[in-house]
Amino acid sequence: MTPDDRRYSSEHEWARVDGDEVVVGITDFAQTQLGDVVYVELPRVGDQVKQMKVMGVIESVKAASDLYSPVTGEVVAVNDAAVSEPQAINDSPYERGWLIRVRPDNLDELKGLMSAEEYDLHVSDRGAEE
Amino acid sequence: MPFVPLTAAEAAAMLERVGVRSVDELFEVIPAAVRFPKLDLPDGQPELTVTRAVRGLAATDRPASELACFLGAGAYHHYIPSAVGALANRAEFATSYTPYQPEISQGTLQATFEFQSLVCDLFAMDVANASLYDGATAVAEAVLMAERLTRRERVVLAGSLHPEYRSVVQTYVAERGTELVSGGIHTDKGALREDDLVALIDERTACCVVQQPSFFGSIGDFTALRAACDRVGALLVMVCNPLSLGLLRPPGEWGADIAVAEGQSLGIPMSFGGPWVGLMATREKYVRQMPGRIAGAAKDAQGRRGYVLTLQAREQHIRREKATSNVCTNEALLALHSTIYLSLLGPSGLRQVAESCYQYAHYAAAEIGRLPGYEVLTPEPFFHEFVVRCPLPPADLNRRLLSEGILGGLPLGRFYPELSDCVLFCCTEMNTRAEIDALVATLAAG
Amino acid sequence: MGEPLLSELSVEGRPGHRFPVPDVPPTALPAPALLRERLPLPQLSEVDVVRHFTRLSQLNYAVDTGFYPLGSCTMKYNPKVDDEMARLPGFAALHPYQPPETTQGALRLLAELERALAEITGFAAVSLQPSAGAHGELTGMLIIRAHHLAQGDGRRRRVLVPDSAHGTNPATAAMCGYETVTVPSDARGNVDLEALRRELRDDVAALMLTAPSTLGLFDEHMLEIAAAVHEVGALLYGDGANLNALLGVARPADLGFDVFHMNLHKTFATPHGGGGPGAGPVAVRADLEPYLPVPVVARAADGTLFLDVDRPQSIGRVRAFGGHFGVLVRAYTYIRLLGADGLRRVSQTAVLNANYLRVLLQDAYDVAYNRPCMHEVVLSGRRQKARGARTLDVAKRLIDYGYHPPTVYFPLVVDEAMMIEPTETESKPTLDAFAAALQAIAAEAAERPELLHEAPHDTPVGRLDETTAARHPVLRWPVPERLAVTPTGAGREEPMGV
Repeated sequence: MTPDDRRYSSEHEWARVDGDEVVVGITDFAQTQLGDVVYVELPRVGDQVKQMKVMGVIESVKAASDLYSPVTGEVVAVNDAAVSEPQAINDSPYERGWLIRVRPDNLDELKGLMSAEEYDLHVSDRGAEE
Repeated sequence: MPFVPLTAAEAAAMLERVGVRSVDELFEVIPAAVRFPKLDLPDGQPELTVTRAVRGLAATDRPASELACFLGAGAYHHYIPSAVGALANRAEFATSYTPYQPEISQGTLQATFEFQSLVCDLFAMDVANASLYDGATAVAEAVLMAERLTRRERVVLAGSLHPEYRSVVQTYVAERGTELVSGGIHTDKGALREDDLVALIDERTACCVVQQPSFFGSIGDFTALRAACDRVGALLVMVCNPLSLGLLRPPGEWGADIAVAEGQSLGIPMSFGGPWVGLMATREKYVRQMPGRIAGAAKDAQGRRGYVLTLQAREQHIRREKATSNVCTNEALLALHSTIYLSLLGPSGLRQVAESCYQYAHYAAAEIGRLPGYEVLTPEPFFHEFVVRCPLPPADLNRRLLSEGILGGLPLGRFYPELSDCVLFCCTEMNTRAEIDALVATLAAG
Repeated sequence: MGEPLLSELSVEGRPGHRFPVPDVPPTALPAPALLRERLPLPQLSEVDVVRHFTRLSQLNYAVDTGFYPLGSCTMKYNPKVDDEMARLPGFAALHPYQPPETTQGALRLLAELERALAEITGFAAVSLQPSAGAHGELTGMLIIRAHHLAQGDGRRRRVLVPDSAHGTNPATAAMCGYETVTVPSDARGNVDLEALRRELRDDVAALMLTAPSTLGLFDEHMLEIAAAVHEVGALLYGDGANLNALLGVARPADLGFDVFHMNLHKTFATPHGGGGPGAGPVAVRADLEPYLPVPVVARAADGTLFLDVDRPQSIGRVRAFGGHFGVLVRAYTYIRLLGADGLRRVSQTAVLNANYLRVLLQDAYDVAYNRPCMHEVVLSGRRQKARGARTLDVAKRLIDYGYHPPTVYFPLVVDEAMMIEPTETESKPTLDAFAAALQAIAAEAAERPELLHEAPHDTPVGRLDETTAARHPVLRWPVPERLAVTPTGAGREEPMGV
């Protein structure tokens, strides 16, 4: 079940508003495609990220994917637990497997992302292509 | 037809099964105008005939094994214990390929893991890869790695770096926007020294590349340079002679961030320039930016220990245009030669061979230095190579030596116009006192 | 327990290889600050070393052991005579800086090999410098860049690469500073010509094409592709990994390639060595010859050969000394053994063998493309996947049947890809037995997939946990805790205790 309390990017990241911050992670579809995550490279606290620009890399044994930030802003927290135990990203991509927290420049940016329903459609369209 | 076992009967049966009348039908997709060209090559010949011809070519050469060899400069004539070839050339090692299926490639994978471990122990560094093409391309890859790690574009190369290595680095960084700065060399009171590099290190510097021993044979102290790099966050890249590390302080103890080397001196024949093996090691924190294959330990479901290619997400088959390098095929079999060589020698053997090189070189330098008109320019301390200023043109000297069955050192004029009357001599454990005395006598005779 | 590591076999004081004591008056060593105190290498006797590496070798599957159908790797038989020629002292003991009067035999071999490879591929000039296919790609793309820069054409920043391309292609383009653009393949496994034409603008430096492609197919629009590329002033780079299909069949230069690399460890039978060494010579059309890397084998006025480095337009050096001479001797010997007629027979047989396997397997597996293949055939395991057994499982089960698996999961454009390249050195009984094994496995996949999931069953180790290996990398044996015994100085024998 794709959580409907957050927005989704076409690159399979999610963004959830929490107070005056936005929490960011990858979707269940992404972690399934990737396989067991072995390594994730994230920005540091204080770095600037921009919407739809590369912010890091996530690796499995057989694949590597760029991570694209779904929002623009300043990184205020990084999930060190997920970095040291990346299995959390596979097991709980929407909760324990969060990646970074961002102080967003402009919450309106989230309107440009997809709803849970739209994202599900996006994923199944992709499936139909393959 | 050699190595094509198919009989006419088999071919006929297969063609029928495939549903074509002749094999040429399978090539119909090739444009007719260019199909089946006549190749202007001789027809194939039996093994006996071909070997006669190839042996004939080899017989016209005068290899270092038939001469008293005093030529070094990055390729070295060393003794290779017989067990190295006997083991490394086993078909199970030589005719297998990259260990993509680890369950049936544990020989290659464990040997690779051992190679990496030996390089780490030899260099006193944290992690090593499974090999690169040669020492020069290893330096080039180290420079690219340092640029990625520091996100800087200025690279400082020591004046005493092997000129061909400098050349390869230039090829690899051409048109990338890298600012390549080379230190120089100078003579100071009859001693050949390199210009101080500390002044060239600034906050735009990605790395400084030094060589130990230098191209001219000198053994250096890198304490000040390490401190200078620390002040600006630049990386220290050291190029070493791995055999000299049986004696000399290793790059890890000098604080090198990346250490590279040509492994040819560790049990690999000179073979007119290749195939050899490039060694690379680095700090643990940089491992994900290191190019090349890497083997790691792993367990199976029953808890049995094995080895696999790991951290593959750095490599081209996964990361494609974002890979650390395009390297795929490496020098696995030559790395195996070096692994076996180091296993046979152990610490005492490696120390022994390094000391032999040192002793013979110092004897030779002392004897040559006594000859009127000859001047040893490489100051102490040096390892097994030294520069000599000669009273006669080096080319003439070498011709004279060759007529006595002696392979003279490298005339340096090809790289350094200011040293066109100089020769770089090398001694290894393959030289004897008698050979050195003969060299000196021939030089003395003029 | 598997074979121990060298570090685990090490025993302090175990005597290793000895060298003679130098017969010269000794010189004092450098200051202690320049010397190392610890040399923590394992200590083994020769018999330990020989047994260890002999046992390790026995854990390997190799071409000399059995059928090795690794697609795009051309695991053909490696003639032993080639090895013997490479080991002749007149070749193996040559120092690369020896004066040319002492190396004319070796230089002549290089010149003749260049000529033979140029003849086979149809190009004007060949460089034998590159150490591997990827190194050849780098060399070739640097030549292409030099060409465009010489034309004053600095705005060509893009390189086109088919979606089926080997990863080295885009990685190479990136190393040369280019932006890679991927071009899709069509349903017949050709490059999508319309999509290609859309991308071919005057900011394209080159298209990198493998011929036949990594799908084992010869592009049906080969000449149109070449024409389209040249029309916009771009160059056509050829990845020659699959040249085993074209020897004496078609010359890449005639197909429109401008720069082309070969893999001697594939097409020309030099041994793969467990991952290397290879050699990746690069062939170029005549006007690109000045850009070749140095050194180049040249003829002096007196007719002797020498290594020429005085080439002002050269891209420079790509390695410190000559190319992989030991590998080049093997390829040279191989070409002389086969000759023009033999080389064509190689490709004809390679292509027949691959098509034979295609028809034998087309019922049990999906053949990715519905047309005759060249020297390799790509299957898709998607039918087996639907029953719960993936290509990976099929591959591991093949090991139980005594075979090295084919290349799997490449090319990326085929779902559950299995790329099978038999080569011409395999006989019909081998192919029949291999096909029978794959058919049996297909049946097992349908009826008893657990046999595949648990495979391989009888190997020294089973499937290894690569995830943990990557999460917590262990890349070397444990750092030696204690000092190695103080290394004996040169020549001092350790006295035997009583």
